[in-house]
Amino acid sequence: MWQSIRRWFDPRELRAVGSTPDYRFSLANERTFLAWLRTGLALVAGGLAAAQFLPPLPLAHLRELIAVALLLLGGAVAVHAVDHWARTERAIRLGEELPASRFPAVLALTIGFGAVLLVVAVLARAFGNR
Amino acid sequence: MSAGDRPPGPPGPPTPAGAAGPPGRPAGARDPGLQPERTRLAWRRTALTLTVVLLLTLRLAFPAGPVGALLAGLALLGWGAAVTVCWPRAAATGPTRTGGRTLPLVALATAGFALLGTALVLRGLW
Repeated sequence: MWQSIRRWFDPRELRAVGSTPDYRFSLANERTFLAWLRTGLALVAGGLAAAQFLPPLPLAHLRELIAVALLLLGGAVAVHAVDHWARTERAIRLGEELPASRFPAVLALTIGFGAVLLVVAVLARAFGNR
Repeated sequence: MSAGDRPPGPPGPPTPAGAAGPPGRPAGARDPGLQPERTRLAWRRTALTLTVVLLLTLRLAFPAGPVGALLAGLALLGWGAAVTVCWPRAAATGPTRTGGRTLPLVALATAGFALLGTALVLRGLW
């Protein structure tokens, strides 16, 4: 694990493998990284907004729980973004298959599950107050 | 856009090894996909998003007393560092560069904002 973290910060090691690809491939890989990073930043912004703008919810600390979950998910997305970028760049340089990842599926399921949970919370408040 | 608008470049996957030239390619050689420009705009969008996150963090931090002020200062420092390393990629001048330490540094700043926000939210609980 530490080795892969060191690899992210050492561009020389990445440039040492394989051959230099068409620069357009590197730019496309970089844009994919940036799109993932903005996804992570949007989740972080969502968490910060939930902590500040949501009214108190029927369950104690549910608001804080939502905020922390979104924030940590955003941080995880940022780490995945740089890891996936480095592995893709390496694969492009070596002419290998692009790395497959379960991360998008896990992220989609987590967000879907969270959304269902929130729908339940909203409905519970709407019908519980009668 | 009709096919006639394009130069007779590669229609499918681009030919390898700098057929359109390396980043410092000679003037006149046109990249049909405008890849450097699209990448610059992506860096700009990212820097703007970072700024929005900074503003939301500051709004959360300022009412949180001295610890909040400390975390707000950290957030400002992280934002400044991230935008400084983004800037050469987002500016229209200079050669197009890819990869390098800029990417992990900006990702690190994002993860840092996530942890800072978590600390601020948890601090608000007691």
